[in-house]
Amino acid sequence: MAWEYIAEGVAGALRLVLSGNPELFDIAFRSIRVSGIAAMLAAIIGIPIGVVMGLSRFRGRSLVKSVFNAMLGIPTVVMGLILYLFLAPAGPLGSLGLLYTEMGISFGQMLLILPIVVSFTASSIESVEGEIRDLVLTLGAGRLQAMIKTVEEAISGIILSVIAAFNRAIAELGIALMVGGNIFVRGGEMNTRVLTTSIQMYVARGEIEFAIALGTVLLAIVFAVTALSNYLQRKWVSL
Amino acid sequence: MIELSGVSKRYGEVEALRNVNLGIKGGEVFAVVGNSGAGKTTLLRVISMLETDFSGKYVFRGIDARSNPEKVRRRVTMVFQNPVMFRTSVFDNVAYGLRIRGINGSELEERVEKVLEFLGILDLADKNARKLSGGEKQRVAIARALVIDADVYALDEPTANLDAENVRIIESAIKEMRKRGKTIVLATHNLFQARRLSDRTAYMENGEIVEVGETKKLFESPEDERTRRFIEGDLYL
Repeated sequence: MAWEYIAEGVAGALRLVLSGNPELFDIAFRSIRVSGIAAMLAAIIGIPIGVVMGLSRFRGRSLVKSVFNAMLGIPTVVMGLILYLFLAPAGPLGSLGLLYTEMGISFGQMLLILPIVVSFTASSIESVEGEIRDLVLTLGAGRLQAMIKTVEEAISGIILSVIAAFNRAIAELGIALMVGGNIFVRGGEMNTRVLTTSIQMYVARGEIEFAIALGTVLLAIVFAVTALSNYLQRKWVSL
Repeated sequence: MIELSGVSKRYGEVEALRNVNLGIKGGEVFAVVGNSGAGKTTLLRVISMLETDFSGKYVFRGIDARSNPEKVRRRVTMVFQNPVMFRTSVFDNVAYGLRIRGINGSELEERVEKVLEFLGILDLADKNARKLSGGEKQRVAIARALVIDADVYALDEPTANLDAENVRIIESAIKEMRKRGKTIVLATHNLFQARRLSDRTAYMENGEIVEVGETKKLFESPEDERTRRFIEGDLYL
């Protein structure tokens, strides 16, 4: 009986996916867009910070690194709550009008995944920095050329950091729910419903088929991105 | 060519070089022998200006090396014991030093191919450098250094852990470099190699230069008791 209930849910979900249900794909594309923008913003801000942390030795560097490492495990609901307080109309950033918008979710997710990009980028650079710097310097390069070559040699780790960050963003619930509000109006332009918030909502409503279908799409996206990352890594290793 | 006066280098509590006074002439093969931890690698790193934080004076071709580290690094290149390969092909690894000097096109191709052929690795040009064997990697490392036509080559245990064929090829390259008038500073724990290749040899112990002399003389009649013990221990035990 218990298995039948799950099997029926999975069968219904497959029908929804294969029939190309427009609502399902609308939500999926919004999720990719919102988390893609978050990953892009985190890369633009986080990679330069990670590069500086990986290459330079300044006072307080280990403290900064510890702060970013500690932020890796921050619960998304706490982050969502903090962001809600800041972005609410009465909050310090209320005038930005980001609450209950796609950009608001992207902004929140960007803050969530920034430590991933910074820490992984810095670690990738540190893992090659010593030996590559010595080699490049002894071949006659200047300091700037040595830095560029070090970043070049760490590039696969840097790309991996952005992919890991995207996967974390698209799979989180707390920020999308509290900052986005899970708004959905058919044909509306201000919708903020994404995969995780809608899975939570459909489970709460007992519409298990739709929840499983959305979960399947979410897993497919995460696996596809991970497969792409593995492919890029292999390509990099083989040249 | 190279003059070190009172050079000392510390890594925290460890004194890696102690008051080193040494002169190396242009065009000679100068061997540095000693046990592990004697300071050979640190000495090569100072000569190559990969270590700039040392006390004492280092004069390279009449200029103060510490005030002109980049200038010295353009003329002195080091080959490491464990060769590091860039994440690219053998060709691009060897071409790197030329590209940063602004050399491109047919001149670059010609020079890289010539040096790859000299070291017997032309057929590996398109291979991923990180996937080569230890001996092949070391030959790529030497090709990468040779192609830039430096004045001084600091070679740190260039044949350690290599098979006889790779040792033969690398030693031939060293002899050829000498013929071309290059100065070679060779750190090795292989006394036979030092005897085969070098004009003069220095024996190091605990960061100090114990004795320097003509290779033949130093091996046959060392003046210092520590040198004699090291040579006899290594050659006859």
